[in-house]
Amino acid sequence: MALASWAEGFRRALPITLGYVTVGFAFGVLAVKNNIPPSLCVAMALLMFSGSGQFVFAALWGAGASLLSLTAAVGIVNLRYLLMSAAESPWLTPFSRFKRFLLGLGLTDETFAVHITSMQAGEPPNLAVMFVCNCSTHIAWISGCAIGAYFGGLVDDVRPLGLDFAITAMFLALLVPQCSSRLHFLVAIFTLCLSVALKCQGMSQWNIALATIAGATLGLLCSLHKKPAKIAVDEDEIP
Amino acid sequence: MNIAGFDSNLLLCLASCVLVTQLPKVLPITFLRGDHLPALLRKWLDFIPVAVMAALVGPDIFIYEGRLNVSTSNLFLLVSIPTLVAAWIFRNYFVTIAVGIGLVIAARFFGIA
Repeated sequence: MALASWAEGFRRALPITLGYVTVGFAFGVLAVKNNIPPSLCVAMALLMFSGSGQFVFAALWGAGASLLSLTAAVGIVNLRYLLMSAAESPWLTPFSRFKRFLLGLGLTDETFAVHITSMQAGEPPNLAVMFVCNCSTHIAWISGCAIGAYFGGLVDDVRPLGLDFAITAMFLALLVPQCSSRLHFLVAIFTLCLSVALKCQGMSQWNIALATIAGATLGLLCSLHKKPAKIAVDEDEIP
Repeated sequence: MNIAGFDSNLLLCLASCVLVTQLPKVLPITFLRGDHLPALLRKWLDFIPVAVMAALVGPDIFIYEGRLNVSTSNLFLLVSIPTLVAAWIFRNYFVTIAVGIGLVIAARFFGIA
C-alpha cells in the first residue's frame, strides 16, 4: 500500500524532474552570471521553489533593480499561485490545516497540474502520493540549480538531450484531457492566445495571471449563459 | 554592508521574494474552506486548471528564442502538433511526453531546426 503510493508519487514526478533538472541548471548558470553567489542560488531553489520567480529575480538583480521593484515583479509573476492554491482547496477538505499548508509549500505549476488532473479524474486525493511527488520534484529543482550554479562552466550544452521540451510536453499531455467539453476547449484556446498576446505586448510578468482570470471568467459566463438557453430549447421541444 | 559574507541588500531581496512567493502558494490552500465556498466561485475555480495550463503552455510554444515565432523555424511549435496528436490518440501522460522529447531530439539530430 505504502509502496504503491511511493511508486505513484515517483511516476507523477518523473517527467517534471527531468524538466526541473534542465531548467534549474539554466537558472544556476544565469544567476551566477547576474552576480548571485552559488550558495544563495541553492538557498533560493530551496526557499522559493519557483522557476519563473527565480528567473525574474536573477534578471532584475543583475540589472540593479531596487528592493521594491524586484519584490513587486516577483510578486506579480507569482499571483497565479493564488489561483492554483484556491483551485486545489475544494479537493483537500479531508486534510488538516497543517497538512494543507505543507502541500502548499510544494505547489508549482507542474505539481498543481498533475495533482489536479488526477483528482478531476476521480481519484481520491492521496497525501503520500502528493508529498512524494512534491519532494522529489523539489529535490530535482535544487539539484539542477546547484549543478548549474557550481558546475555551469563544465557542461556546455544540454539541448541535444531534448529535455528543455519536457515541461512543455507535459503541459500538452495534461491540457488535452482538460478539454473535456466544447466550452473547456474554447477556454483553453482563448486563454492560450491571450497569454501569448499579453506577453508579446511586454506584459511578461502579468500574462499568466491575467489570461487565467480572463479565461476562467469567460468559462463561467458561458456556462451561466448556456444553461437557461438549453432549458428553453428543451421546453420548446416538448409537444 | 555584508552579512556572513553576503551583500545585505541581496539577502533582503531574497527574503522579501521568498515571502511573496510562498504566501500566495500557502495562504488559500491553508485557510480557504473549500467545501464552504459560494457555488459561483467554485464554478469559476473549476475553470482555473484548464485556463492556467493553457496560459503557461502558450508562450512556451509560440515564443521561441525570445520572440513570437509562428513559422516552421520554431522547433517547439513544430513538435507540439504531433505531440498534441499523440496526446489525443494515446491519452497517456508518458507516451505523449516521450513522443515530444523524442521528436525534439530527432529534429536536432537531423538538423531540422
